[in-house]
Amino acid sequence: MVLLLLKRIGFMVFTMITVSIILFMLLETGLTGDPATRVLGNFASDAQKELWRNQQGYNKPIVVRYAKWLGNFATGNLGNSIRYKGPVKDVLLPRLWNTAILGFWTFAIMIPLSLILGVLSGMKEGSLLDRSISVFGILTTSIPEFASSVFFSALFVFGLKWLPGTSAMSGGFEFKQLILPAMVLVVYDFGYVARMTRASMAEVMTSQYIRSAVLKGLPYKQVIIRHALRNALIAPFTVIMLQINWLLSGVIVVEFFFAYKGFGALLLEASLNNDIALLEACAMVAVVVAVGSQTIADIGYTFLNPRIRFS
Amino acid sequence: MPSVSYFAVILRVIKSFGLLRESWVGMIGAFLVLFWVLVAIFAPLIAQFDPNANILPFAKPGTLAPSGHTFWLGTDHMGRDILSRIVWGSRTVLTYAPLATLSAYTLGILMGLQAGYRGGLIDDILSRISDIILSFPVLVLYIIVIATIGASGLNIVIAITFASSPGIMRIVRGLTLDLRNRDYVAAAQTRGESDWRIMLFEILPNARGPLIVDACLRLGYVIITIGVLGFLGLGLPPPDPDWGGMVNETRQMAMAFPYMTLFPCIAISSLILGFNLLADGLREISLRD
Repeated sequence: MVLLLLKRIGFMVFTMITVSIILFMLLETGLTGDPATRVLGNFASDAQKELWRNQQGYNKPIVVRYAKWLGNFATGNLGNSIRYKGPVKDVLLPRLWNTAILGFWTFAIMIPLSLILGVLSGMKEGSLLDRSISVFGILTTSIPEFASSVFFSALFVFGLKWLPGTSAMSGGFEFKQLILPAMVLVVYDFGYVARMTRASMAEVMTSQYIRSAVLKGLPYKQVIIRHALRNALIAPFTVIMLQINWLLSGVIVVEFFFAYKGFGALLLEASLNNDIALLEACAMVAVVVAVGSQTIADIGYTFLNPRIRFS
Repeated sequence: MPSVSYFAVILRVIKSFGLLRESWVGMIGAFLVLFWVLVAIFAPLIAQFDPNANILPFAKPGTLAPSGHTFWLGTDHMGRDILSRIVWGSRTVLTYAPLATLSAYTLGILMGLQAGYRGGLIDDILSRISDIILSFPVLVLYIIVIATIGASGLNIVIAITFASSPGIMRIVRGLTLDLRNRDYVAAAQTRGESDWRIMLFEILPNARGPLIVDACLRLGYVIITIGVLGFLGLGLPPPDPDWGGMVNETRQMAMAFPYMTLFPCIAISSLILGFNLLADGLREISLRD
């Protein structure tokens, strides 16, 4: 158990370091074009670029620069944003908080919804309810987030006029503006979790101990709640944690569409404006969140599953 | 001689598509996909306008054009016929999505066969690399890659190959691990066939079932990806029609002219739905026998 934990955390650190090397190579070296041109634009003269390189320390050896870059990152010195003319940290933290709020509400709705639907359809595999839920799940995962944003806006903003069409929160936090972005994310993501829950539930339902529980005359409700659910919900836990990874992608589209001032929109903005320091910080945050949640998923799975825990 | 000929495998795959009749979900999917494939093939005949011609801005659906034809779905802010752009846009999507999927599959299959059949150090290295790439949030990866190498059709294919081949490799590796202990592989080894021949002619054809289902699902994801990149302004350079790009260009006007964004969204959703339903139908059939 301890060995496994160390192994997982070791892999997490290894992944983060590898990713930081890739990021550094992509954005800070000449591998994909001159960084000086990227920051100063196509019309900067050679002398200007040379001056900029000297100022920013781009003429030092790559290894030295990488070490310094990583050191700055580790100590929380994320550099300055070109676009926002200030420290990256000051721009990034409020945006992260906004996305955390959006993510929280998305999960708060998605998890119960997908678990209930998944369990219901897994209980009786092949039933009409099961087929309808699974086709409905396929339908919602087939609509890309930007398309469902368009559909929901057409319905709730222009048609029924219930909800505001943008979520910029310019007049302070307003819960109403959070509904549409969260709804789009829930609709896109719940199908997958529901399908995984269904598969896990269906597998448990065919196992021997459920059969004996039914045969010894337990009420059906008790069989489901006391015997089936406990085992069927282990696998979805992992899937839900991995969903954080997907959410990071979805958040970019949704925040861009609804002009929500969150982390995803910031990342996109940074990449479109060649704001390298900001882009690096955003990308590293995304990777830390993604890899971190996967590590928790793995450790949690082994902890929840007695077959692995006691072996 | 390889024991399984590719000709026979292709015949059997076609036959299994014929079995789709038994799954109405799969039939609907196949119908949607076929519809868009036909639209893409016959685009010049269906579209009545040049997709990039600026004719009459902000025409409502059903308006008559000066040429006597009708703008069935209206025109956008630059006066381009939306129906013609959707029709020609289906060509863009149905060119780049299969191309990117095929290239991701080629790389993924080669890596997966190597990792699964040879095992050992190659397996360790390839699995580690794919773990790292897969732990990345996909869209963040695309944005960084496209932002640094620039947006173009080829670069989108490269980015998608880079991001999805590890997932394919993992599936192929798992299937290979299972299949490499079969008797027919042992027989081929005894005959002295080369490793590559065994991987490509003995193992790969027998792994086709799950791979075909996965390919359908992946095509759907790739179409979503291409659409999302276009929507974020990182897709194919304008003016050529691309469904995601069409939504991006007109979303600011969605309040006044909802039809401009609505129709491309319906187009892309129906195509993705087609591939996903097809995958579901194929899986249902493959579970049956």
